[in-house]
Amino acid sequence: MSKEYWWASESFWRKNAIWITAGSFLVLIFLTFDTVSQITAGGKRVPGYAVINHRISYEFDDTRNFQVPVIGVEEPLFGQKLTEEEAQALVTRGKLTTQAKNCMNCHTLLGNGAYYAPDLTKAWLDPSWGTKEVREELMVEFLMNPQDRLHNGLGRRMPNLGITEDEARATVAFLKWMASIDTNGFPANFVSIDQEN
Amino acid sequence: MTALGKIDSSNLNGGQKLAVKYFSVAVVLFGAQVLFGLLAGLQYLNPDFLFGILDFSVNRMVHINAMIVWLLFGFLGSVYWLLEDESGIPVVGLKLGNLAFWVLTLAVVVVVLVYLLVQVGAGSHASIWLINEGREYIEAPRWADIGIVVCVLVFFYNVAATFTKGRFTGVGGVLVLDLVALAGIYLAGMWFTPNISIDQHWWWWVIHLWVEATWEVLVGCLMAYGLMKTLGVRRKIVETWLYIEVALMFGSGILGLGHHYFWIGTPEYWFTIGGFFSALEPIPLVAMVVHAVFDAGHHKIRSTNHPALAWIIAQAFGNFFGAGVWGFMHTLPQINLYTHGTQWTASHGHFAFFGAYVTMVIAFFYIAIQKWRGNVWMSGGLVGAWKWKWALALLHIGMLTMTMALLTAGYEQSQIERAIEGSSWAGYFAAQGHHWFIQGMKWRQIGGWIFAAGFVLLVWDLMTIGRRETQPAKSLAE
Repeated sequence: MSKEYWWASESFWRKNAIWITAGSFLVLIFLTFDTVSQITAGGKRVPGYAVINHRISYEFDDTRNFQVPVIGVEEPLFGQKLTEEEAQALVTRGKLTTQAKNCMNCHTLLGNGAYYAPDLTKAWLDPSWGTKEVREELMVEFLMNPQDRLHNGLGRRMPNLGITEDEARATVAFLKWMASIDTNGFPANFVSIDQEN
Repeated sequence: MTALGKIDSSNLNGGQKLAVKYFSVAVVLFGAQVLFGLLAGLQYLNPDFLFGILDFSVNRMVHINAMIVWLLFGFLGSVYWLLEDESGIPVVGLKLGNLAFWVLTLAVVVVVLVYLLVQVGAGSHASIWLINEGREYIEAPRWADIGIVVCVLVFFYNVAATFTKGRFTGVGGVLVLDLVALAGIYLAGMWFTPNISIDQHWWWWVIHLWVEATWEVLVGCLMAYGLMKTLGVRRKIVETWLYIEVALMFGSGILGLGHHYFWIGTPEYWFTIGGFFSALEPIPLVAMVVHAVFDAGHHKIRSTNHPALAWIIAQAFGNFFGAGVWGFMHTLPQINLYTHGTQWTASHGHFAFFGAYVTMVIAFFYIAIQKWRGNVWMSGGLVGAWKWKWALALLHIGMLTMTMALLTAGYEQSQIERAIEGSSWAGYFAAQGHHWFIQGMKWRQIGGWIFAAGFVLLVWDLMTIGRRETQPAKSLAE
């Protein structure tokens, strides 16, 4: 056996393994505190739930060089202005509905999930809803009875998941709120539904 | 010891008897994964297939959950397999370990039945506690989460206490620390929040820090043991490599978590951190390839168990290409902006889980069956060796076909849906209807059938290999 080099020794790498792991983990913890504070609802990057009382658009920002959500004029969802608490309760119900109905195993949300159905990150802003006047009601109707509405040439349909009207409205609130999250320009090159009066 | 070639549990130590139970359930769940993957794949080609009965969401959920759970069963089994060998003493809480096995298995059966029969619930907390949490990979309802944590704690107790009472090898030390992280991280995914950014932030702690950190280290431990067992590599060599792998895996993988934080609302600094550290993630996987191939060459591939060694070498390459190269291909944010949420991810996911984890668990199946049959000959000239070779070949051909088909579809989606059509729903459907995409889905299905054939052959082989052997296993000293 030839001479053992320190850089190839077991103890050198054991110590390295411990220090590198501990160091990386500490950095992660530090960054986690900062990240969580920035993505808490009402924080810098994720608006409070009452944002659903406003128009939300997705516009190009020259400084950041990608599209960002812009909170605009007052445009309450279903014409009803809500307090922060009421909005939070509604979005919470919507989020629970998306989980209980297993949306994520066909769709992606913020790009994560399955790839059998379109991404829902900007569902609220998608041009396929036609005009902003009919959008909310169309979304509710679709969620409640999607199984007969063929909307693509592939034959892919959404099954009827037994979504009630209240759940559908809450889901629309959740989707509108999700569209206001600053996702660093994802999805890119997105062309929104026309929301100008 | 009974006759060579006959399955007899008296050939096994206590931990190994428990291990083969875990392995048996793992094989069944592996079959479920393949079956439900085939069903979901067929629905891409014929959307009316089982529509309203077993929708895509259900099939896909069972497909990915069966995978997570069978691999977990495979890992638990593998650790129980090596525990008494490594620690030098019997497992301290074997009865408790057995009880945890039955509880976990029963819980899995109930969860799958609820997935298949109940499927969805009302938009309430009761649904995510009882039916389905609706979060990819960790869909198991909350009651099952708690059950999983309890069973994993029992497992952890057994591993830690057995090593503590016996001897702590390098493999044992790494394993125990890794299991602390593995169990602790699961807790990060066990609570509800309406805020999807916060939700996905913690959800990635579970998914990424399991799959790209703690699981990788776990298979590093399994590889170390596997190389010692099949080739007789010296402990000092495998343990030094193991420490190198741990340093590099955790050094790149922990902050590599940042590549999941590009688009979910998290701050822009993750572009730099995630991009940089995840670009380093393939390096430990190169180390594993060098290590496994060098050791195999050094020992002139004179192994005691050819199929197990073949699967260990397959793991080294599969991990490097599937997890390392395929991950690196789309990990930088400039590229990921267009590939995130497309079939690119599916291509990477299939290849990586197979290459990194399925391969290693199969290697342990072969190590186990050899001893279960009284430590029979499983080296050159093995009777019926065509079966394991063809199973290995078919599983790889099937997986590579699926991987390449999904990658083609992913490229097409990135180009048409994302770059040209601006990520709208109309763009999504334009890309899904494009003939390149459809072609990709057809080839994926063909790959799936080939893989399924490989699975059937693998099971047949595991049930029969060594049955007609009359010589004892090759001695490592030869």
